Amino acid sequence: MIEARDLVVRYGAATALDGVSLSVRAGEMVALIGANGAGKTTLVNTVCGILRPAAGELATTGRLALVPEGRHLFGPLTVDDNLRLGAWRDRTGRDTGHIYDLLPELVPLRKQAAGRLSGGQQQMVALGRALMARPDVLVIDEMSLGLAPRVVEHLAAHLRERNAEGLAVLLIEQNARLALDLCARAYVLEAGRVVAEGPSAELAGSPEVAAAYLGLES
Amino acid sequence: MGELAQYLVTGVGLGCAYALTGSGLVVIYRVTRVVNFAQGSFAVLAALCVTTVLAAGLPHGVAEGLGVLLAAVVGLLVGLVATGKPGTTPQAALIVTLGLGVFAYAVEILFWGDQPRSFPGLGGAIGGVQIHYLLIIAVTAVVLGAVALLFARTDLGRALTATAADPYAARAVGIDVVRMGLFAFAVGGALGGLAGVLITPVQQVSFDSDVALVVNGFSAAILGNLTRPGLTLAGGLLLGVVSALVGGYLSTAYQSDVALVFMLVVLIARAGRRDVVEAA
Repeated sequence: MIEARDLVVRYGAATALDGVSLSVRAGEMVALIGANGAGKTTLVNTVCGILRPAAGELATTGRLALVPEGRHLFGPLTVDDNLRLGAWRDRTGRDTGHIYDLLPELVPLRKQAAGRLSGGQQQMVALGRALMARPDVLVIDEMSLGLAPRVVEHLAAHLRERNAEGLAVLLIEQNARLALDLCARAYVLEAGRVVAEGPSAELAGSPEVAAAYLGLES
Repeated sequence: MGELAQYLVTGVGLGCAYALTGSGLVVIYRVTRVVNFAQGSFAVLAALCVTTVLAAGLPHGVAEGLGVLLAAVVGLLVGLVATGKPGTTPQAALIVTLGLGVFAYAVEILFWGDQPRSFPGLGGAIGGVQIHYLLIIAVTAVVLGAVALLFARTDLGRALTATAADPYAARAVGIDVVRMGLFAFAVGGALGGLAGVLITPVQQVSFDSDVALVVNGFSAAILGNLTRPGLTLAGGLLLGVVSALVGGYLSTAYQSDVALVFMLVVLIARAGRRDVVEAA
């Protein structure tokens, strides 16, 4: 689905990604963990084609949809209109009905302006908008940021369900505990480099990794 | 028919032209955040084009249609020059449109000279009111209604609004943000062109007619923070009527000041309110 090898991305003289390799296979749920400024969002924007790598190879197959950091909903438009635009690339696939089946909590909000919703509701709309593209792989940038634990658990349950149906997920998270709990495999990014990778259980179990990068006390 | 009623009808007709010009500004601003100071040139170019096409023997209707089409194409080109380069800020683009507006003077004088021109509109009168004014009002109502429907009821309109609301997210869902901006410039061009084509039979056009149109259109548009089409229409009609009354009862010399005074009043009334900046 996503196959990146030795990606280098620069902003002017600053190197944001310095030889990052990462893969997400079909049906897989993969976490990308790291502190602020580690290059996570740069990697997201590169994978989604918003930024161009200066070097390295990037191959994506299947349809990819993004849930951007900070939700980035179209505030003046209604929830339903936000969902419709999620399928902008697909003129015939703009019926929003199936999203309300998947995310029934959006039903009572459908006519409300997206900008007036709570953070949790907005994240749900952002997820729905991304699912409208009927993606094979979903890239989620900072899903839990600023949300109450109960809301996050709710979103995570939705993700598990979609993943069980075959949707591949690349989850970018500051909350390492959540990410390792949700995903089978993880990459740890620091200062533009992958400093650790492997099965989530192994990463969480490694004292060095846990202490240095994950903020988990053992 | 009384003098007052005459002035009112004339004013509403004029106001329609201001509202169309202002709506063009609003459409472009909403999508691109660029204040397009070349907006008045669209009207002048379209009107001058119609004079030539009519002289070449093409029938009414076709000629006016061509004028509006030309304005749409010119609008697209202005958009391309002003915003086509990636990373251009709306402020820089504004200056580019100002420059293009001045450049349009040169083109207009080169092709059509500096003398005012006109062409006949719909002839006849009902109860002392020129029928052409009724045509202006009807066409404006239909066209502005259609633009409102485009924004409110179509996916293209939603995508245009989305582009303005959040360009990053718009790109993320696959909306071509630059193309949306260019489309807005073309629609803005067509609306400006329509204003010129409709008003010229009752008010001669010359290369510098754009100033009165753009000043009035801009005044109308800032009533709605450059983003609200309904208020822009109301502002345009109000300006048209007040201008006609001032011209009729006082002196036509004061007409051009109406829009400036109006703008000043709107800005002063708004100055104390916080939501102006937030809404924009």
